[in-house]
Amino acid sequence: MNPETQIAPAREPVSTAAVAAEGGRTGTLIRRSRDYAIVVCFVALFVALAIASDVFLTSTNLLNVLEQNAPVGIIAIALTLVLVTGDFDLSAGAVYMLTGVLAASWAEPLGVWPALLVAVACATAIGVVNGLLVAYARIDSFVCTLATGIVIAGVNLAITKGLIKSVTDPAFTDLGTGELLGVKYAIWIFAAVAVAAGVLLSRSKLGRWLFAVGGNPEAARLSGINLRGVRIAAFALSGLGAGIAGAIVASRTGQGQAGDGISITLFAFAAVVVGGTSVLGGRGAIWRTVLGVLLLALIVNGFNLLGIEPIYQQIVQGVIILLAVAADSLSRSGAP
Amino acid sequence: MTRDDVHVETRGIGKRYGGVAALSDVDVAVRRGEIHAFCGENGAGKSTLGKIIAGVVAPDAGRLLVGGAERQYRSPRDAIRDGIAMIAQELALVPELSVLDNVFLHHEYGAAGFVDRRRASRHYGELADRLGVSIDPRTRVGRLRTAEQQQVEILRALARDAELIVMDEPTAALGRDDVARLHDMARDLRDQGVTLIYVSHFLADVLDLCDRITVLKDGRFVKTVPAATETVDSLVTSMLGRELGQQFPEPLPPPEGAPVVLRARGLTRPGAFADVDLDVRAGEIVGIAGLVGAGRSEIVRGIFGADRCSGVVELDGRPLRRRRPAASVRRGLAFLPESRKEQGLVMMRSVRENVAMAHLDDVTRFGLVRPSRERTVVDGVLRSVDARAASTSLPVSALSGGNQQKVALAKWLVRPPRVLIADEPTRGVDVGAKRSIYELLRRLAEQGVAVLIVSSETEELLGLAHRILVVRGGRIVAELPRDVADEASVMRAAFGGSDPDNPPTRNAP
Repeated sequence: MNPETQIAPAREPVSTAAVAAEGGRTGTLIRRSRDYAIVVCFVALFVALAIASDVFLTSTNLLNVLEQNAPVGIIAIALTLVLVTGDFDLSAGAVYMLTGVLAASWAEPLGVWPALLVAVACATAIGVVNGLLVAYARIDSFVCTLATGIVIAGVNLAITKGLIKSVTDPAFTDLGTGELLGVKYAIWIFAAVAVAAGVLLSRSKLGRWLFAVGGNPEAARLSGINLRGVRIAAFALSGLGAGIAGAIVASRTGQGQAGDGISITLFAFAAVVVGGTSVLGGRGAIWRTVLGVLLLALIVNGFNLLGIEPIYQQIVQGVIILLAVAADSLSRSGAP
Repeated sequence: MTRDDVHVETRGIGKRYGGVAALSDVDVAVRRGEIHAFCGENGAGKSTLGKIIAGVVAPDAGRLLVGGAERQYRSPRDAIRDGIAMIAQELALVPELSVLDNVFLHHEYGAAGFVDRRRASRHYGELADRLGVSIDPRTRVGRLRTAEQQQVEILRALARDAELIVMDEPTAALGRDDVARLHDMARDLRDQGVTLIYVSHFLADVLDLCDRITVLKDGRFVKTVPAATETVDSLVTSMLGRELGQQFPEPLPPPEGAPVVLRARGLTRPGAFADVDLDVRAGEIVGIAGLVGAGRSEIVRGIFGADRCSGVVELDGRPLRRRRPAASVRRGLAFLPESRKEQGLVMMRSVRENVAMAHLDDVTRFGLVRPSRERTVVDGVLRSVDARAASTSLPVSALSGGNQQKVALAKWLVRPPRVLIADEPTRGVDVGAKRSIYELLRRLAEQGVAVLIVSSETEELLGLAHRILVVRGGRIVAELPRDVADEASVMRAAFGGSDPDNPPTRNAP
């Protein structure tokens, strides 16, 4: 065997730059188009509505859209974290409904603010339970949260006995109806949640773990990442998001009401997917989800403003979701 | 040999996977009605050759002749039309369906999608008699033992009128009795005129059963010989004899008196390995050799805590109590897994995220990543492993195999490890990247890291390691210091050939 000469570091140009550029060109193109599809769609729709309707660009209309969609937006943001880890939380809507019921039920005995806080804490705890079931009992998250969602909806019904729980204390509606600088608290909270979750996902250690676990759980585990802990954290945050959304809506309406919240779950899920977060885990961003929520919201708003038959709303939304999922799957198979 | 004798023949067959030649210029002739073995080391190309004949893999070069006529199979369906079937190592049955349905899966009786069970049952009876098996055709395949499932595969091949059956490592998952039974069936089939190609690295089985043996080495044809003239030792010898490449850096002297960093005692995982003891000193490179499936990867995974196993692992004299990856990483163990794509990297995430993944604490403050610090750290380790990426924000999937592997290694250098366990560190990388990975492993050892390498390339272990442990049947059967180890001694221990008191074990305890 040959001495010294062989020890010199290998410096022949194994040009990855070239390889990467070559292998990446088509992939990059698809990635790019997938990256910005949501931005292009959103801007196009925004401009179209601004031209087509006089009312659209008024601050009343826009703030109204934001306020209406703040709760589903918060749920969608929290759901994004779960989807990034490769899981799913179907119980978010039921937890959202339960939070309202609990807050309304406890407003008298506990006082308004403690009731809201405890209800949100309960929502978070349910998230932890979902996480424990998924991580330790190894139940598929889709099936697991479908089941826990049904249980929670049942609990809702048992607590309310099918009746609406109204709160008489006017302070209960402060959170949902109050304003700061002419903007509803709900919108401020939506914004704060978006910023916090955005930083968490893109800049924090937990965010990195979420991506790693969703992208390749085995590689994450062998890198020393606590898989279970990360998944439980994602579900806890999903519960927290659903809880905050539930508290806002209960306070806005001054009441709690039983339900499974499945439509809000699906709307939130649709928003996440439309934004471009992968349903298979490992890829996504909070800003995408925010745009996804707003895009779907603008469709509804546009239909209302333009007086189009609301039946077509669903068809349009469904087609957009299909396109988003197809784009994700194409960019995966196109990746080198 | 007259032309009619030859059932299948390859002329100048070649196959490349990426930049690596799995087969080149192979000429083999298999006679009608014989049992013909393809033998060789791991990666010699024996399975690939079997797959080409059965239409599972398409060759890039050369010609395939079946019954004297040239054939270009695009799929196994094409081959089955010529009466050629393959029984893969991973059995390809539908566990939820009955034996009968599996046997006639692609060949159902009746018209318009309805199965004529009466005719199928009668045919099944004939086939079962012919093979001498008595499996109830109504049993669900998932409930059968491996050996019985294999028999179902053979029945299926016969149901499709196979005249030539390629069996890939058919005895790897069988116990002694089942092997004997399989061999009896194989002889019966031969006597009925069926040609069998038997791909195996269990040389004793090959010698027991086969009529002729073709030996392959590094994807090239070595020889075809009558089994009667061969012994395990003679076969091993003809599988070896490669020139040692020039790609290995000058070996270091083994560290004398350096402290033992990694100590394992009595490691056992039922069904995978048993009673494994090993020590690795600071600065020492220990290689683990053995055949595929001998339990090499399982042992190192057990040490790292990737799989549960019993026994004791000590680092610097202190036991690793909770043996799981997170705890091992905290104590300074690093593990480069066998498959970077499946286990080592998050392919869709950026190079930077992958490198920082295992030691995020080094680049975060108050739970938040510090981008400039991260860039400095990542660029630093990537330079030290000589990885080239146009940008560290590219997804790892955009890099070449060699650079991906370097990224997978770089992840463990953010914080220098005490022990580096590398499972197949150079699998699927080009020659240049191989050399820099070798240098890196050597440099780490020089810095006092205890290095444990699993490799299918004996040559690689001979070039790098101070000591080689040979694993066979889940046990360490030989420890060869660098100065006495050569390819022949390693392979002999791995095949278990020259030791009559210690026949090759195929089933781990």
